[in-house]
Amino acid sequence: MRSVRTLAVAALLLLPAYHVASAGEPKQGGILKVYHRDSPASASIHEEATYSVNIPFMPVFNNLVIYKQDVPQNSMESIVPDLAESWAWSGDKKKLTFKLRQGVKWHDGKPFTSADVKCTFDMLMGKSQQKFRKNPRKSWYDEVVDVTTSGDFEASFNLKRPQPALLALLASGYTPVYPCHVSPGDMRTKPTGTGPFKFVEFKANESIKLTRNPDYWKKGLPHLDGMEFTIITNRSTAILGFISGQFDMTFPTEVSIPLLKDVKKQSPNAVCVVEPINVSTNIIVNSSSPPFDSLDIRRAMALAIDRKAFISILFEGQADIGGTMLPAPGGLWAMPKEMLETIPGYGPDINANREEARKLMQKAGFGPDKRLAVKVATRNIPIYRDPAIILIDQLKSIYIDGELDVVETANWFSKVARKDYALGLNLTGNAVDDPDQSFYENYSCGSERNYTNYCNKDIEKLFGEQSQETDVAKRKKIVWEIDKKLQEDVARPIIYHGRSGSCWQPYVKGITIMVNSSYNGYRYEDVWLDK
Amino acid sequence: MFAYIVRRLALMFVTLIGISIIIFVLLRVVPGNIVDILFDAAGFVDPADKANLEKELGLSDPIVVQYFRWIGGLLHGDLGYSYVSEKPALQEILPRIPITARLAGLALLFSAAIGIPLGVISAVHQGTRLDYALRIVSLSGLSLPSFWLGLLILMASVSMFGTMPIFNPNPKTWTEAIAIYAVPAMAVGFRSAALTMRITRSSMLEILRQDFIRTARAKGASENSVNYRHALKNAILPVITVIGIEAAFLIGGLIVTETVFNIPGIARFLVEALRWRDYPIVQNLVMLIAVVVVFANFTVDLLYAAIDPRIRYGD
Repeated sequence: MRSVRTLAVAALLLLPAYHVASAGEPKQGGILKVYHRDSPASASIHEEATYSVNIPFMPVFNNLVIYKQDVPQNSMESIVPDLAESWAWSGDKKKLTFKLRQGVKWHDGKPFTSADVKCTFDMLMGKSQQKFRKNPRKSWYDEVVDVTTSGDFEASFNLKRPQPALLALLASGYTPVYPCHVSPGDMRTKPTGTGPFKFVEFKANESIKLTRNPDYWKKGLPHLDGMEFTIITNRSTAILGFISGQFDMTFPTEVSIPLLKDVKKQSPNAVCVVEPINVSTNIIVNSSSPPFDSLDIRRAMALAIDRKAFISILFEGQADIGGTMLPAPGGLWAMPKEMLETIPGYGPDINANREEARKLMQKAGFGPDKRLAVKVATRNIPIYRDPAIILIDQLKSIYIDGELDVVETANWFSKVARKDYALGLNLTGNAVDDPDQSFYENYSCGSERNYTNYCNKDIEKLFGEQSQETDVAKRKKIVWEIDKKLQEDVARPIIYHGRSGSCWQPYVKGITIMVNSSYNGYRYEDVWLDK
Repeated sequence: MFAYIVRRLALMFVTLIGISIIIFVLLRVVPGNIVDILFDAAGFVDPADKANLEKELGLSDPIVVQYFRWIGGLLHGDLGYSYVSEKPALQEILPRIPITARLAGLALLFSAAIGIPLGVISAVHQGTRLDYALRIVSLSGLSLPSFWLGLLILMASVSMFGTMPIFNPNPKTWTEAIAIYAVPAMAVGFRSAALTMRITRSSMLEILRQDFIRTARAKGASENSVNYRHALKNAILPVITVIGIEAAFLIGGLIVTETVFNIPGIARFLVEALRWRDYPIVQNLVMLIAVVVVFANFTVDLLYAAIDPRIRYGD
């Protein structure tokens, strides 16, 4: 008892010291060295759809608004002004007006004005003379009629109907403001922004270098002199580089759970976190042709999935089970657990689920003597291949004999678009934890990324309903209803939501890993090195 | 001899033309092009955007037009533009050549410097413990994949020295500068050294049984003189042939080694370019490798005549 008391007193005495040590004054200087997992296709965030581009290039830019970089959970409450000083919705919620910051300069010295905002979003909506080579998030602005300006420092988004989620989309790392006077081609190779770091060079397959912007409009920031990303495609080499201290940080959210254990063992002082990445692993089913045009077979397949087994094998238990929306506590919009467990296949009794699945298969004409042979297509990348193998194994229990059909990346989406598959295993990443992005992109009739061509007009109406709802509690209920229906319809059965690790050396301060998106937290202006 | 060289050069030209056609056609036969891959990153393929981009990159032109555009450019020193980086292909390829050349040169040097003397020692001490030990070393060299060996070296380096020799364009110390190239060169050259050693050994064993060796010994020549001046000189031809072939095949080992040691050379660049179907880079790089291989073979043939006076290339 006495020793416990002594320990408590010692702890109380140490607490202020620890507080001072952990919250020390940021130091200026130093280059943050990070390894990069691959060579991005270009430096233009608007033209790419991978966080391989966001991580090195988000520090070059500013958005109109941004998710607060030191708050791990992205939400409407964590959105703060960036190039906009403030924003306001009109009374009918169909106009969103931004008052813009004055005195901001592009890295080439030209002034930032509302014309740049208009240019950027006109290009994203496909309304300008200059075109992006690719425009993967054009559909984000489907409800925007146009962007108008009033003077040099005010820009408004005029909408077809209320869409509160537009602000969330604008706060994403995917939505920087581009300069009018720089062509899309130049933005791909030598981007110009207003952000805390200036672009220095991008050597494909080698490195990306950024340097401090001394004229950054946030005085005193950034703390770092620069950032260097060394492109190392071999994961073992990259991890060894971090362990040997040649890098200050791993590529964010790229360390798998087994590798993380290895890092902690060999580099015990490293700070490592595991967080959800808002990427779901799911099954895509070609319901337009036999045998999966039968709802019974699709339901049987959904019932056969043992999600816990996937998570236990691939993530040592550290991943989440959910519907389309990212599960809590990271996710904001997931349906409650008790509601989730009422969906066929999500109940805890796997044997009972599979028994029911076998009955459905027998009803469809299959059984132990007449098994269904099917190819399970997936991309030839471990994060796709590994779960596909487990899926094939699990489907055996319901008379489905799967054969792995690995497809090279170059041919994957063409194959999916042609519907040249029966069953596939796919990964779906969500840049913003908001139903508008997820539902419209993946389940809306006619959407390019709706790979299974799932189209349900009743659900479509609910998409619109939730999108316009300004009351968050009411919106959540509609979202849960939609999500439940999507799972029951076996639109794109979700197997799990993955988690991944990030590590940095103990002297790296100010890093925040977001818990409901792996696309929005890389401004790095607050990061500093305590060396 | 002159006529022989001219004939070989003409044949080399025809060979290279043939290779260029094969490279060009094979690349286009492989499913998927750069546009598919660029859109893959976006998660969907928009047919209109795709068609625009294909037109912009000249991929919608007939294959014959594309081929002659490439060859025409080559003849004018214009290698085209990389589809990915949008920079001139020459600008992308040139800085990488010295890196790979240095690495390949060091690997071959390592292979010859280790393989030949050890092969001689092994042959001279045939049947002894030393011979068996060296044969085990050579067998392990042939069986260890270079990527595995590379990773082992990196792990050992981190574990023992707390650092590892991954590429740094501006090394701070001379030891770092040496380690950057020498360690990967050893990893990739170990296999070649093992092969060179085995060939040297078997070739030496054959020569050491010849009458002229017995004569040299009878004349009172020292063991070193017999082994190196008389035997090795006559046993070296097959070794040169093997080193020549190894030089051609080295690129395969370099791809892995450059990846493991993160060296920005042409071998790794080639694989990345192939992954992206970056045709201008791939076809020019493969063409460059073909030129190197063809010239390496030509040089080896000429070396035969220089080393062995009995070989004459008739007109």
